[in-house]
Amino acid sequence: MQWGSLAEFFAMGGYGLYVWPSFGVTALCMGGEVLAVWRRHAAAAGSRDES
Amino acid sequence: MSQPSMSEALRGVVRRDLLLAMRHRSDVAMSVFFVVIVASLFPLGVGPEPAVLRVIASGVLWVTALLACLLSLGRLFTADYLDGVLEQTLLIPQPLAVLVVGKVFSHWVISGLPVVLLSPLLGLQFGLSGDSLWVLTLSLLLGTPTLSMIGAVGAALTLGLRGSGLLVALLVLPLFIPVLIFGAGAVTNSLAGIGSEANLSLLGACFLFSFAFAPWATAVALRIALE
Amino acid sequence: MSTTGINWFKYSSPQALYPLAGRMIPWFAAFALGLIGVGLYVGFFVAPTDVTQGDAYRIIFVHVPAAWMSMFLYVIMAIWAGLGLGLNARPSFMMAQAIAPTGAMFTFLALFTGSMWGKPTWGAWWVWDARLTSELILLFQYIGIILLRSSIDDLRRADRASAVLALVGVINVPIIYFSVRWWNTLHQGASVSITAAPTMAGTMVTAMLVMMFGFWMYSIAVTLARMRCVIVERERQPSWGKQASMPDVVEAR
Repeated sequence: MQWGSLAEFFAMGGYGLYVWPSFGVTALCMGGEVLAVWRRHAAAAGSRDES
Repeated sequence: MSQPSMSEALRGVVRRDLLLAMRHRSDVAMSVFFVVIVASLFPLGVGPEPAVLRVIASGVLWVTALLACLLSLGRLFTADYLDGVLEQTLLIPQPLAVLVVGKVFSHWVISGLPVVLLSPLLGLQFGLSGDSLWVLTLSLLLGTPTLSMIGAVGAALTLGLRGSGLLVALLVLPLFIPVLIFGAGAVTNSLAGIGSEANLSLLGACFLFSFAFAPWATAVALRIALE
Repeated sequence: MSTTGINWFKYSSPQALYPLAGRMIPWFAAFALGLIGVGLYVGFFVAPTDVTQGDAYRIIFVHVPAAWMSMFLYVIMAIWAGLGLGLNARPSFMMAQAIAPTGAMFTFLALFTGSMWGKPTWGAWWVWDARLTSELILLFQYIGIILLRSSIDDLRRADRASAVLALVGVINVPIIYFSVRWWNTLHQGASVSITAAPTMAGTMVTAMLVMMFGFWMYSIAVTLARMRCVIVERERQPSWGKQASMPDVVEAR
C-alpha cells in the first residue's frame, strides 16, 4: 500500500479533481450502457410476448 | 447495332448532364455566389487586418470550397432519382462505376470548376499574391474533383432519405478532412516559403485514390439505395 | 452430415444465435468484472506514483484501454460489415449494428479522459495533436454510421448502406491519422508533443493491459446482449419476412 491515509488516496497527489471524474464518468458510461441494454431487452422481449 | 463502348457511354452521360445544366444556368451561378458570399463573411467576422486575413486565407478558402461542394451534392443524383432515370441507368450494360465517373465529372464542371477559376480573385481579396495564388488554384483544381468524387459516395448512400442534406454532411466531412489538410497545407506552405510540392503530390495521390475506389463504392451504394 | 469439427452453419440463423449468445454473456461479464477489478487494484495500490506526472497519470488506466477499444471495435465492426455484404448474411449485419454504440461510447470516453489527462499535464483541456484529433473524427464516423442506419426505414437497405459506410470509414481511419500527423508537423510551433508518455514501470504496464482485456471482455458481453435485443426486435419487423415464430427461442434462455 502506498497511500498514507484515505484522504491521501482521494487527493491523488493533488490531481484528484481530474482522476476521479475520469474514472467516475467511465464507470457511469459503462454501467449506463449495461442498464440501457438490459432495459432494451426487457422492452423487446416483453412486448414480443404480447404479439 | 453494336454495343456502345465504355467511353461512348461515358461521353453520353457527360453530354446529357452538361446539356441539362445549360438549361439551368443558375446552378453554376449558385456555387459561385455561395463561395463569394461565404468567403466575404470571414473578414466581416474576423476583422479586415491584412496580416490576419493572409494567415487564415488558405483555411477559409478551402473550407468554403469544401462547403460549396457539400451543398451541391444534393443535385448529383436526386433529379435523376426522382424522375426514374437513375433506375434506368442501373440497367445499362456498361459498368455503373464508369457512368458514375461521368456524372461526377459533369457535376464538377458545373459546381467545382467555377470555384477553381474564381479562386485567384478570392485569394487576392485575402491578400495572397504571386506564387500562393497559383498554388491555391492548383490545389483546388486537384482537390475539388476529389471532393466531388468522395461526396458522390455519401450522396448515393443517402439517396431519397429525409433530411439527407445534413446527413450527407455528417457522413462525408470526415472523408473530406485529409483533402482539406493537404490542400490548405499546400497554400500555407507556399506562404511560409516552404515548398508545396509535397502537399500537392499528396493531393494528387488523394485524387487518384478516390477515382480508383470511390466510383465503385458509389455504384455499390446506388444499387443498395435502389433495390 | 460432417462429423469433423463444428458445424458453423448451425449458428448462422438468429434463432440459434439467440440462446448461444445468452449462454456466453455471463462468462464474458464475469471475466470483465474480474479483470477490471484486478486492473484497478494494481493501478491504484501497486503501481507507483509517476516521477514527472504525479498521480494524474493513473488516468491512462481508463484512457488507453478506451482508446484502444474504440479503434479495435471499429475494425471489428467493419469486418462484420464486410462479411455481411460478401456473404449476404443477416447475423453479420446484426453484429455490426450491435457493436457501433459501444464503440462510440469508448471513443467518447477516450476523448473525455484524454482531456482530463491533458489539463493537468499539458495545461490545456484540448490539444489538436494527431491522436486526439483522429479520435474525434473517429467519433464522427461512428455517429454517422448510427445516424445513417436510423435514417433508413427499410431494414435491408439500412444494413447494407451502413455496412458500406463502415468499410469506407475504416479505410479513412489510417488516412486520417497520417494526414493529421502531417498537419501537426506543418504547424510545429502550435502543437504540443504529447507522444512523450511517462516511461512506464512494469506494474503500470500490467495494470493498463489488464484493464484493456477487461474492457474487451466487457465489449463482447455488451455487444452480444445488444445483438440479442436486435434479434428480438427484428423478429417483429415484417421487412425480412416473418420467420417461424420463436416462442421456444425466448423461453430457452
